[in-house]
Amino acid sequence: MAAPKKAAASAPQDKTNGGSPPEFTREQELKALRDMLLIRRFEEKAGQLYGMGAIGGFCHLYIGQEAVVVGMQMALKDGDQVITGYRDHGHMLATGMEANGVMAELTGRRGGYSKGKGGSMHMFSVEKKFYGGHGIVGAQVSLGAGLAFANHYRGNDNVAVTYFGDGAANQGQVYESFNMAELWKLPVIFVIENNRYAMGTAVSRASAQQDFSKRGLSFNIPGHQVDGMDVRAVKAAADEAVAWCRAGKGPVILEMQTYRYRGHSMSDPAKYRTREEVEKVRHDQDPIEQVRNRLLAAKVSEQDLKAIDAEVRDIVNASADFAQHDPEPDVSELWTDVYR
Amino acid sequence: MPIQVLMPALSPTMEKGNLAKWLKKEGETIKSGDVIAEIETDKATMEVEATDEGTLGKILIPEGTADVAVNTPIATILADGESAADLAKAPAPAKPAAEAAPPAQAKSEAPAPKAAPSAPAAVAEPDPEVPAGTEMVKQTVREALRDAMAEEMRRDADVFVMGEEVAEYQGAYKVTQGLLQEFGARRVIDTPITEHGFAGIGVGAAMAGLKPVVEFMTFNFAMQAMDQIINSAAKTLYMSGGQMGCSIVFRGPNGAAARVAAQHSQDYSSWYSHIPGLKVVAPYSAADAKGLLKAAIRDPNPVIFLENEVLYGHTGEVPKLDDYVIPLGKARIVRSGSHVTIISWSNGMTYALKAADELAKDGIEAEVIDLRTLRPMDTETIVNSVKKTGRAVTVEEGWAQSGVGAEIAARIMEHAFDYLDAPVTRVSGKDVPMPYAANLEKLALPSAAEVVEAAKAVCYR
Repeated sequence: MAAPKKAAASAPQDKTNGGSPPEFTREQELKALRDMLLIRRFEEKAGQLYGMGAIGGFCHLYIGQEAVVVGMQMALKDGDQVITGYRDHGHMLATGMEANGVMAELTGRRGGYSKGKGGSMHMFSVEKKFYGGHGIVGAQVSLGAGLAFANHYRGNDNVAVTYFGDGAANQGQVYESFNMAELWKLPVIFVIENNRYAMGTAVSRASAQQDFSKRGLSFNIPGHQVDGMDVRAVKAAADEAVAWCRAGKGPVILEMQTYRYRGHSMSDPAKYRTREEVEKVRHDQDPIEQVRNRLLAAKVSEQDLKAIDAEVRDIVNASADFAQHDPEPDVSELWTDVYR
Repeated sequence: MPIQVLMPALSPTMEKGNLAKWLKKEGETIKSGDVIAEIETDKATMEVEATDEGTLGKILIPEGTADVAVNTPIATILADGESAADLAKAPAPAKPAAEAAPPAQAKSEAPAPKAAPSAPAAVAEPDPEVPAGTEMVKQTVREALRDAMAEEMRRDADVFVMGEEVAEYQGAYKVTQGLLQEFGARRVIDTPITEHGFAGIGVGAAMAGLKPVVEFMTFNFAMQAMDQIINSAAKTLYMSGGQMGCSIVFRGPNGAAARVAAQHSQDYSSWYSHIPGLKVVAPYSAADAKGLLKAAIRDPNPVIFLENEVLYGHTGEVPKLDDYVIPLGKARIVRSGSHVTIISWSNGMTYALKAADELAKDGIEAEVIDLRTLRPMDTETIVNSVKKTGRAVTVEEGWAQSGVGAEIAARIMEHAFDYLDAPVTRVSGKDVPMPYAANLEKLALPSAAEVVEAAKAVCYR
């Protein structure tokens, strides 16, 4: 691995695998690279469209955190569910939702996943088992436990992956859900994406216990801290957690130590951290560069990697084009979908 | 002087119970704290402890007697030195005026449990959902609700019940009595006391396609869960462009019970009926409780099902049909009349119907509408009635400001303004937190007398 890990203020460490995660096959490396790149390029494009006024409201970008959702998704199988908060574009792309539908939702058009009625924070795909897309901090944690409840009730071996941030981790209903999830042995993986800032508040200023893997201790929920910048470490931790859940042993907490390069939302003045801090993580730990460097070291040609770049850029550019030309929802849609 | 032992109440809303068993015989010595008898209601069994010492002088109510009114003397205890001859000296039980009802009669505001709680048969409108000649069975609202859940659980394996004390305790108000025994712990689930969390788990399970019935011990506690009910349950269908909704029922007692003060007495009718995406049901009769709960469980949308603790023990005629389902969104005219329309729902109907009886004595024929569903609101039934009577009074236990009565008044103004002969008048809970003291609580709630007064006022009488 090219990037040294100790650089940042609190360097993410993988404690589940003693520091060195299992190697990926070339196929896995290429898939991880492609999926992470898709998210990054998509988010960069969303940022541009926001700046142009094509996207309104709130827009929370996932740039920097790509390894978390891509690594987790590599451990899942058909029927496993995913739910998250409002920083959700990456999760949707990772579950296989179409870039066109996501981008068109961002621009509020009829071809968006929610017909333009949900926006950045509210998209869903029953087909891809993506359950949103929730705007109230922490609400998805109870809902995710409910998805796991449904698996348990039906007696299948599916797992509900429930993502939330270091900020949401301080909400009361998170602990209500931890309690019931362990009490009833629900197959839920609580993935705490610790990107070090809840909006503008550093973890150290908001959390009495900053080791989020310990947040389930009083409920007997096992927890692990994972290097969320290394997709291999994420995948390894996810494999273990998924196996635990499928075996009927109840919930697991994975603290993903990650970093968001961009602001909390597009309107973030970024006064709570230095430019140097961001640059250092970006330079030393970037999840995409880690994979790219490993692939180059393994003699994959620059040309092959450029082909992946090109494929991803085509998808993203096409989605931006679609999202700007697709019509707005028909005015009759104002009144639909209130009841069914 | 001999001491009288009175029929105790298990809860503030209990009006009568059965004297199940005497554990002491006449002539036996009794110490303070001895269990002397067992009483029971459809909800629970309770031991009666002696609070005085002496000898059990006379048993006034034999064991096995049903429907003994609260505060009826059930036995006398003779103090040291007293004999059976002193029994005649026993005083009449000292009771507040409002409680001084003879044993055979229920408390003044509530219809006697054995009587049908709706209007007298002579003026009651037939229920259009029930075929003529259908056999009727007497059931309490509590039993009707339980049967509705049980029938839907038999019908659909995706239906389950969760909440505090719903399973092993058999329900805090015994509405889920027997469900655990029939359906097991997988489908009747006791939750920790975490309303926010289990409401969210219920909504999540519903998003995954199950059909949860989430019981709140009372809707006062659902304030903790409000975010999940409104932001997750009510809005997701719209936010997903129709792709994903949730079929879930939130049910439990709403509004004032008796003497439980401000934090346990609020009526949330108007709160929930404000929200697009929710349906809101608030039944009064046992039959409606059953038919509407079955419909609510089948409905693909989130439904708020507001019950009332005072009504749980009320008995009514429930049609004996294999599948009695009442469509949501339909009001019912329970008493027809031509002079004034009285609109209410849930326990408000108690005041409305009593007032209609009173008004009839003065020659005013009130048409009483039980709204049954608050959202969607059956505007048509209200408006058609007001077009006939020209006058309307709304009755609700909740507060007047931004209340359901205010909404009804606005709709009448929008759709029947030219038919009105008087301003629409609201009878509501007073604009104060619910007081604890019995006299103040009575004042804070609406009364039949206020409804009578309002109806006479709009009739210019």
